[in-house]
Amino acid sequence: MNQPMRRTISRLAILVSLVAAFVAGPVAAQSLNVEIANGLKTATPIAVVPFAQQGGAPLPTDVADVIRADFNRSGKFRSLDKADIVEAPSKGADIKFATWRLLKQDYLTIGRIADAGGGMIRVEYELWDVNRQQSLLAQSFTAPSGDLRGVAHQIADQIYEKITGVRGAFWTRIAYVTAVGVSNNTTYSLIVADSDGFNPQVVARSRESLLSPAWSPDGSKLAYVSFESGNSAVYVQNIGTGSRSLIASHPKGINSAPAWSPDGSKLAVSLSYVGNPEIFIIDVASRTETRVTNNFAIDTEPTFTPDGQSLIFTSDRSGKPQLYQTSISGGNATRLTFQGGFNASPSLSFDGKQIAMVQGNGNVYRIAIMDRSLGNQVRFVSPGNVDDSPSFAPNASMLLYAASQGTRGVLYAVSADGLVRQRLVLSDGDVREPSWGPYRQR
Amino acid sequence: MNKTVRVTLAALLCVGAVACHKKQEVKQPVQPPVQQTVDNSGNNTNGKYQPSDLDTDACLRQRVVYFDFDKNEVKPEFQQIVACHAKYLQDRPSSAISLEGNTDERGTREYNLGLGERRGNAVSSALQAAGGSAGQLNVVSYGKEKPTCREHNDDCWSKNRRVEIVYTAK
Repeated sequence: MNQPMRRTISRLAILVSLVAAFVAGPVAAQSLNVEIANGLKTATPIAVVPFAQQGGAPLPTDVADVIRADFNRSGKFRSLDKADIVEAPSKGADIKFATWRLLKQDYLTIGRIADAGGGMIRVEYELWDVNRQQSLLAQSFTAPSGDLRGVAHQIADQIYEKITGVRGAFWTRIAYVTAVGVSNNTTYSLIVADSDGFNPQVVARSRESLLSPAWSPDGSKLAYVSFESGNSAVYVQNIGTGSRSLIASHPKGINSAPAWSPDGSKLAVSLSYVGNPEIFIIDVASRTETRVTNNFAIDTEPTFTPDGQSLIFTSDRSGKPQLYQTSISGGNATRLTFQGGFNASPSLSFDGKQIAMVQGNGNVYRIAIMDRSLGNQVRFVSPGNVDDSPSFAPNASMLLYAASQGTRGVLYAVSADGLVRQRLVLSDGDVREPSWGPYRQR
Repeated sequence: MNKTVRVTLAALLCVGAVACHKKQEVKQPVQPPVQQTVDNSGNNTNGKYQPSDLDTDACLRQRVVYFDFDKNEVKPEFQQIVACHAKYLQDRPSSAISLEGNTDERGTREYNLGLGERRGNAVSSALQAAGGSAGQLNVVSYGKEKPTCREHNDDCWSKNRRVEIVYTAK
């Protein structure tokens, strides 16, 4: 059997075993599915050896599995299949480098887990450069045994940063909306989960539509739109305490599309009580509204630039929706998009250089990324046909977006180069409106 | 095998179509007697609509205005509906309507909220032009949040591009 063939088969095997594991496990409502959209020639090969457990009861989480899945999803790494890991060193002194060179691995991760008492677990890991036979990282975490997935994501983040030079974003959370049931019997839930879709928690529930969740920059709150009053209204909810406040609820017109300022003190929204949807900035503490746009068109989907001084938003002032940029103090808006008949729902990378958007051509709506540092070149990262709601990870290495499978909504995570795509599926209902949260603080 | 299935399907479709025609044929003769009853018992209404007409009048019972793709103009074939609802609003000054604007699934959720509102506003303007007053009218946009049909095709999209006329006071 030739090498690529064997690789394909073992990749299939890992996919099947992943699905099987999740169906059997406690999170039966969920499954993950890695889809390799194109070749991964540029991905760095890395082996993650199962961590040795020193005493204690069997653990609910295989830390190495979680790290491996993170790496594969990123598109930057190709982790050696578990089945191909023939040796299991847990200390640097036990590593036989020839074995890992033979397996064509550039990096090797090993680790060990010990009971730290009082329900705490101590996880130690080491990252080795296989060719140089050099230790690159040796760190430890002490955490509650229930947070092993969180520890695994943090290890993946540190390794990712060590090798790529870019901060990892695996230990982050995502928000999304699910709709379960049919027509008048639909229940909408706003959910917060780990970046890989695990540990879903319901933040808000409604019999009417919920949409446009937006993370506060410190990750403690979500702004979102609810139709529970019969009309759209913008709420801000504290994720930890559940306490909630109404931010915009004009009885006339739309109150929607919240986006946080980088300092978390303001929300940009789209309000139409003035006659048609216009962008406003609301001071969260005082609720003072400042109008930004003044135009007969639909102006919506604002997002702050990283410096907090401008807004990029969707407007159909030229006939069809396109992206525009304007100062937070208003004035003239500059049109940013010219390719495609429909450009909307902007999401900015942390450095403001890349703008992800929904680009529509005919009946095909795909996620496109415009690179402002490359003369506004546009690349597609999703196949269509009704893709929506792109949301960059805080390090801009990946995006979440909503797509449709049959008549049901599903979420995808895609690497920013579009090469690796992963689907997050819930067992029932429709999933939509993904939003990737900020980095977490330990 | 395939042919048999196709023929069967075709036959079923034909039966369905015939059944539909029959239904319409049955409906139409039923309506005039109902209107007569109203006329006979309500001599003092002076041609003004009453709340009961919302359930019986052939025009008032139509509560959906459909739109072309990416358009928010009220098409001529819906002028009759607009006219009778405007007359109802005039006849019953205490009545009120909520106009619920909806779109098809194409495009983003937030942008579609705007489009749904434009359609709601278009019907509101048409009702006002025909005699309804602004105070009786409220527009709510649901964008693509409340589809009546979930397939990804033209037929389905055309059913979802609509404004629903909902009486909040009769």
